[in-house]
Amino acid sequence: MDSAIYVIGIGQTPVGEFWDQSLENLSAQAIRQALADADGVSIDAMYVGNLLASAASGQANLGPKIADNAGLHGIEALTVEAGEASGAAALRMAFFALRSGFVRTALVVGVEKYTDMVGSEMEAILAQSGDYDFEGMQGQMPSGQAGLLMRRYLDQYQPKRAALGVLSILAHANGVHNPNAMYRRAISNETYTSAAMVSDPLNIFDSGPYADGAAALILTADAELAEKRGGAKIVVAAGNTAADALALHDRPDALVFSAVTLSVHKALLEANLEMAQMDLFEVWDAFSIYALLSIEACGLAAHGEGWRWLMEHDLSPGGSLPMVTMGGNKARGFPLGAAGVYQAVEATLQLRGQAGKNQVAGAKHALIQALGGPASTVVTHILSKIA
Amino acid sequence: MTEKQTSLLMRPSRAVGIVGYGAYIPRYRLPAAAIARVWGRSEKAVPIKEKAVPGLDEDTVTMGIEAARNALKRAGIDAALLRAVWTGSESHPYAVKPSSTIIAEAVGAPEHIQAADLEFACKAGTEAMVMAVALVGSSMADYALALGVDTAQGKPGDALEYTAAAGGAAFVIGPADQAAAEILATYSFVTDTPDFWRRAYQHYPEHGQRFTGEPAYFRHVTTAASTLMRESGTKPEDYAYAVFHQPNAKFPRRAARQLGFTDEQIKTGLLSPVIGNTYAGASPVGLTAVLDEALEGDRILMVSYGSGAGSDAIDLRVTARNAERTALAPKTAEYIARRVEIDYATYARYRGKLLRE
Repeated sequence: MDSAIYVIGIGQTPVGEFWDQSLENLSAQAIRQALADADGVSIDAMYVGNLLASAASGQANLGPKIADNAGLHGIEALTVEAGEASGAAALRMAFFALRSGFVRTALVVGVEKYTDMVGSEMEAILAQSGDYDFEGMQGQMPSGQAGLLMRRYLDQYQPKRAALGVLSILAHANGVHNPNAMYRRAISNETYTSAAMVSDPLNIFDSGPYADGAAALILTADAELAEKRGGAKIVVAAGNTAADALALHDRPDALVFSAVTLSVHKALLEANLEMAQMDLFEVWDAFSIYALLSIEACGLAAHGEGWRWLMEHDLSPGGSLPMVTMGGNKARGFPLGAAGVYQAVEATLQLRGQAGKNQVAGAKHALIQALGGPASTVVTHILSKIA
Repeated sequence: MTEKQTSLLMRPSRAVGIVGYGAYIPRYRLPAAAIARVWGRSEKAVPIKEKAVPGLDEDTVTMGIEAARNALKRAGIDAALLRAVWTGSESHPYAVKPSSTIIAEAVGAPEHIQAADLEFACKAGTEAMVMAVALVGSSMADYALALGVDTAQGKPGDALEYTAAAGGAAFVIGPADQAAAEILATYSFVTDTPDFWRRAYQHYPEHGQRFTGEPAYFRHVTTAASTLMRESGTKPEDYAYAVFHQPNAKFPRRAARQLGFTDEQIKTGLLSPVIGNTYAGASPVGLTAVLDEALEGDRILMVSYGSGAGSDAIDLRVTARNAERTALAPKTAEYIARRVEIDYATYARYRGKLLRE
């Protein structure tokens, strides 16, 4: 068997609008927490997940910028970009590095600085994860695209409109107990249904709010280091990245997130686990319609039936398959390329039993999934607690 | 170092106050729903009910003159006694040529005056007030006229178009023993915060969207207010009224809540829901509405906010003279009630948004 990859340190900043904080400041806060959590191990390599910095902050080459500021001199340090799934992809690259044996201890940092720019300039930058020639060029924004998909779903499957709000309302309820969440207020069904439109029929509560934040993970392939740290042993049991056609118009059915199907199945196969064994699923709720289509694509419900499944299942921390347990992108906030690392940090808290009031009792296996664009890139990981 | 020197408060060496105050609000009202309709937005999710729009023959100078005449009526002094006329606005009719000289001459001020225009986004009016306090408080003069007036413009279709409104207020600052309201202290908090700006030759301002909230409005307003209260040894409950800069209906309410003021304390001076954001006139006009109602001994906290950015906090106490002064000129509520609703097309014409060549 291949060597296990242990999660031995986690850190995260609150998610929000930090006008007076830089990319490296946010990163350093998360890195310091993770290093303290990992008992101050030495880091060999750092993989930074980020989407916006080169355009929004005029800053590429984040590796040395963040490593040097955090006092990590001379390490391997570089950026991984995979749209909004950049953070999850950085975790994937760390996994490769550790599994290969070239790196003993790796740091994964997801960081996003959304508030460095406002207005139409920022909107143009956000469109970069889509197909520029066919979408961005025409003014297609991620929210516009999600709105189109949602309209299509509503027309094709005639779901109850309120079904799209189930996860948003749950996310807000869970966000109340996450000290790092951007929104810590529960919302009612009434608030959801009467919310202002972003891109009709997509409303503001169908959309994860873009925000700043940084999260960090420290991973090691060295079982002795994991042993030395003590506490619950959390491993990255499996990981997978799948690519679909970048643009929706190049897919046979825009409402089928086939890369989600592929990615989840391969991850489960690799971990030798069944979907039913997952104790929680951090589904990607950048837009409510994306979460719904992901739930269908990973086989929890048939195509066109996911909305019914959402209404019929208890997805709260005490429910049958807890989702968005710390607020998800909707209530924790959506720091784009950092969000995938937040998911991994939150899953680790769950598996360690440190998730406070949102604790999923006895959680052993956590499925986390990040999407770049409308599931153009899908990164899935399974984190497990081992004996 | 004495205790007085270490205090952050600014206090004049001679006690001063507002001897007379006056407001002016143009009669035309454009409902926010009418703006939302034109741009295809929700008519319910608008930041205010309606805004005051100036007529074709009105500008910062004409409105300033109206407000100043009201202030002089209430002060009961001859305009010839004024030694300064300072007008704060971001919509002075001329880029070069002072509004204050036109206003001074129109109201009958003498030629031996200080006169200059001020610009600090929505804080220029209260800055003029603080300057007047200093001039009178140092005994260099007995009376100074300070104005905050604007005919604010928002780019058609921009979020600011809902609120950018017209109106203003004027204050005759003089010795405290003649004042309707004594000015006890001021405190200003100013930083380089680029949340809203208009470059030369640009017709409409630009703004930093959500950046205009927490790091700009809220930080400056709450810091100025809390510092003034801390240094004065006062608490929110010591004030009968509080007036905050009011760019919309939500911000001043939230700032008040953060500071510990009740809706009851701010409602009298909160006019933005029905007249919009009168920029340099906003908190000054709010103060006139409070003075129209305030009773002897009432303490008033006024906090302006100007983008760019800064807040002036002013601590006032109403005297026994206020009641009789109030009756000498139209109340602010009367100007608000004098209402002629217009549609977007009329607004576009009045505000010069239709180009005919």
